[in-house]
Amino acid sequence: MGPGKVGAEAVVVRFAGDSGDGMQLTGGQFTLSTALAGNDLATFPDFPAEIRAPQGTLFGVSAFQINFGSSEITTAGDAPDVLVAMNPAALKTNIHALKPGGLVIIDTGEFTRRNLEKAKYEADPVEDGSLARWDVLAFDISALTMEAVKPFGLGNKEALRCKNMWTLGLALWMFDRDRQPLVDWLNAKFAQHPVLAQANVAALNAGHAYGETAELAGPLRKQHIDPVPSEPGLYRTITGAEAVSLGLVAGAQLAELPMFFGGYPITPASAILHHLVKMKEFGVTTFQAEDEIAAICAAIGASYAGHLGVTSSSGPGLALKGEAMGLAIMTELPLVIVNSQRGGPSTGLPTKTEQSDLYQAVYGRNGDAPLPVIAARSPADAFECAIEACRIATQFMTPVILLTDGYIGNASEPWKVPDPATFTPFPAHFLEGPNGPDNTVLPYTRDDRGVRPWIRPGTEGLMHRIGGIEKALGTGNIDYSPAAHQAQTDARKARIDGVARAIPAQDVCLGTEGGTLAVVGWGSTFGPIHQAVRRARRRGLDVSHVHVRHIWPLPENLGDLLARFDKVLVPEMNTGQFKTVLRDRFLIDAVPLSKISGQPFAIAELEEAIGRFFDGIPDNEGGVVSVNDTQLPAPEIEQP
Amino acid sequence: MNDMTPVTTLKDWETDQEVRWCPGCGDYAILKAVQRTLPMLGADPKNTVFVSGIGCSSRFPYYVESYGFHTIHGRAPAVATGIKLANPALDVWLVTGDGDGMSIGGNHTMHVLRRNLDCQILLFNNEIYGLTKGQYSPTSRVGTPSPTSPVGSVDRPASPCAFALGSGARFVARGYDVSKDLPEVLQAAYRHRGAAFVEIFQNCIVYNKDRFDDFTAKAVAADNQIQLRHGEPLLFAKETKGLALDLETLSLKVVDVADGDWQAAGVAVHNVRNRGLAHMLVEMPFGAFPMALGVIYDDPAPTFESAVVEERARLTAGKTADLARLLGKGQTWVVEDRHAQ
Repeated sequence: MGPGKVGAEAVVVRFAGDSGDGMQLTGGQFTLSTALAGNDLATFPDFPAEIRAPQGTLFGVSAFQINFGSSEITTAGDAPDVLVAMNPAALKTNIHALKPGGLVIIDTGEFTRRNLEKAKYEADPVEDGSLARWDVLAFDISALTMEAVKPFGLGNKEALRCKNMWTLGLALWMFDRDRQPLVDWLNAKFAQHPVLAQANVAALNAGHAYGETAELAGPLRKQHIDPVPSEPGLYRTITGAEAVSLGLVAGAQLAELPMFFGGYPITPASAILHHLVKMKEFGVTTFQAEDEIAAICAAIGASYAGHLGVTSSSGPGLALKGEAMGLAIMTELPLVIVNSQRGGPSTGLPTKTEQSDLYQAVYGRNGDAPLPVIAARSPADAFECAIEACRIATQFMTPVILLTDGYIGNASEPWKVPDPATFTPFPAHFLEGPNGPDNTVLPYTRDDRGVRPWIRPGTEGLMHRIGGIEKALGTGNIDYSPAAHQAQTDARKARIDGVARAIPAQDVCLGTEGGTLAVVGWGSTFGPIHQAVRRARRRGLDVSHVHVRHIWPLPENLGDLLARFDKVLVPEMNTGQFKTVLRDRFLIDAVPLSKISGQPFAIAELEEAIGRFFDGIPDNEGGVVSVNDTQLPAPEIEQP
Repeated sequence: MNDMTPVTTLKDWETDQEVRWCPGCGDYAILKAVQRTLPMLGADPKNTVFVSGIGCSSRFPYYVESYGFHTIHGRAPAVATGIKLANPALDVWLVTGDGDGMSIGGNHTMHVLRRNLDCQILLFNNEIYGLTKGQYSPTSRVGTPSPTSPVGSVDRPASPCAFALGSGARFVARGYDVSKDLPEVLQAAYRHRGAAFVEIFQNCIVYNKDRFDDFTAKAVAADNQIQLRHGEPLLFAKETKGLALDLETLSLKVVDVADGDWQAAGVAVHNVRNRGLAHMLVEMPFGAFPMALGVIYDDPAPTFESAVVEERARLTAGKTADLARLLGKGQTWVVEDRHAQ
């Protein structure tokens, strides 16, 4: 499916450049124009942890990949059809991912001796024939941009900043896109600086015009991707961080509660706080705390006072919140904890994606400290999951962890805007008068689901004390007798186990309710697993896809469902954490498929792993199926 | 703060819980002082929340008939922040200790003070870890023998009041467990809008007995403590001594006062709004100087929760909470129903 081939259903484009080149912005705007053209799409922003790494270096490369097409798209695509490389470092770190015969567009203006050295090229790859496997379109984008913006009298540096718009203009031409929304966006963005707006629009137009002329002479051809036939309705693009924020707001509204959000800046979770500060008219109070611990403790305090307390973080921050989660479990207060997972342990890979906090979410606290865990499968799915987290937290008086990851948080996809009138409300209830004999208050009496009453300070006649220390049933008075601890531990466990009765039964999202192989996923592996299973089924393989949202407690029917398959394969971006949970809960021989490179699974990797179950069961039955990492290589980078 | 003034008595603030502090612990006296003060303030049990961390002091909420939250070690200021932001109408009291508030929770103490959350922070300072059986604490004096410092501690102590001022506190006061003046200090703390920091020296009968005797014992109290009152001269030792400004060193000095003529001796007048004086009073080395007790500093500033409320009002002015509109924001497109055409 190279560019220019008529009838292509889907195309993968990757923009790569220096962190300062505005590649994420270019990708974001290209995404928007793709959505407006009615294509389905999925994106994968991939950027370094450094804000402005030294210019031209290999570790400073920032990339944005988009897969779009005229049928359903669920992944950002394996290998790009088109690569835009804004400098030698971007070429070096990304060219190996490009499909053979794919098109690479190169800005030769940046291929100076100095930049080639920084990218550790001994010879200029544009000249030495090393790019022969690909169609190369190399020309001086820098000079063309300078030329296009000349009339506006910008300084050299400012003029060169328009390069990304020039490139975007070319990309818009290639895929037959309307420029007007981009022009509107630039005019709005630079409303205070009309000259910059004009210059950027001129660069955009120049890039577009270049396409018209270059078509006659080079490998560049225009192609049109038909809009995907989708359900009628209003659509927008949405990132996971936006979806979580909107879902939390919707969840609090459905619970009829004001929301309190305590956060501390951390990549990639901060975006949620950035979004929520703009939604205060929905009864949202945001609090940027002094640290992760204060963020969750303040949220617990707010829940105690009758708000829906929410906190959000990423792996290392979640570790810091562990003790406070125990407090919320012990005091049985509602709380939503969003964890945008990233590569770990410790600081790990701050801007890369991973699913390695599952153990931390399910088991990572002192004592017997169960809490429900939910995982979102995609940016759009994060909206529903956030509502579900609010529902369980308030209905069961418990902290709930919602797992997303760096990929879900940053990536965007089209989203059919739901109608709030179709949501089912779950209003929270507060105790309004004494619930014990002789007008006493019993904060730790539980209903038939094991749920204690929520009591707001300020309510007449209900004064009581709660805390993290073990307590008597009913009164909640300090009691660390053996009987009290046994009874309370049992009660805490039973209540969380009981959540399983209030969640949907596990379905099979593709395939049959039994057979040779089930591929069981959770979280952001949904897209690649779904495509791989679809392709395998087209080849006639008896394989089904089961994707689990409720990680803890697991759906009640999941054990029986998986028992109807001969084999169970569990692909995860960790060393096999969910696999262990499944083995433990159901005594099944779940086979792990691990990838821990900071990059999402490629469809081809999963297809290959699935294939092995049919070409003859692998020798290392029950062991690890290794991943071939050649499709989306982690760039070989020498760290400074 | 309460608008109504319900009539409560000391008894109304007592719970049915068996108090579990060691017999003779200074905490008993502080509890009584608080329970005696609350009725004087017109406080309402249903609108009062005591929040604590971990340690002997932090069992306090269980013994006050109000709302109470015994949280985790050092984190009471953060929990209190969430409570107060969620419901600014509540009276929030924070009970902490030298280990809880100055060591593991030092960070949160700093931030609750600089943000100026409206609450009363009672830091019980007994200069020892009591509940964990007697290890030296961040306020223990150099040389304190303990299970973790058998030949005496070597690290220098922190000064809670100096820490509070350095963190931007707008109210700093000091008292001690059995002091008859403690209720007066607590009342002033309550009346102050904003974070009111009160260090209360507290006798740990088991692990650090009589540590504060050199200024609290009856025989030496008059000579070794100075009770501060706004607008009154800084006199002690039965008005035979006073504190004056040493213009050469720009610090305080002790001067003798003859025949009650404190003005002739150059004795300064206490002004609770003078931040410079407050710094000098908490920096005075004990021994050469008396221990400064009472309200050291009281100069209100806008509170955190009121700023949060105002900010929200500014951000939401003219906006309505329309969820459907919020969800459909941004650049959108419509897919037409082909069958309908």
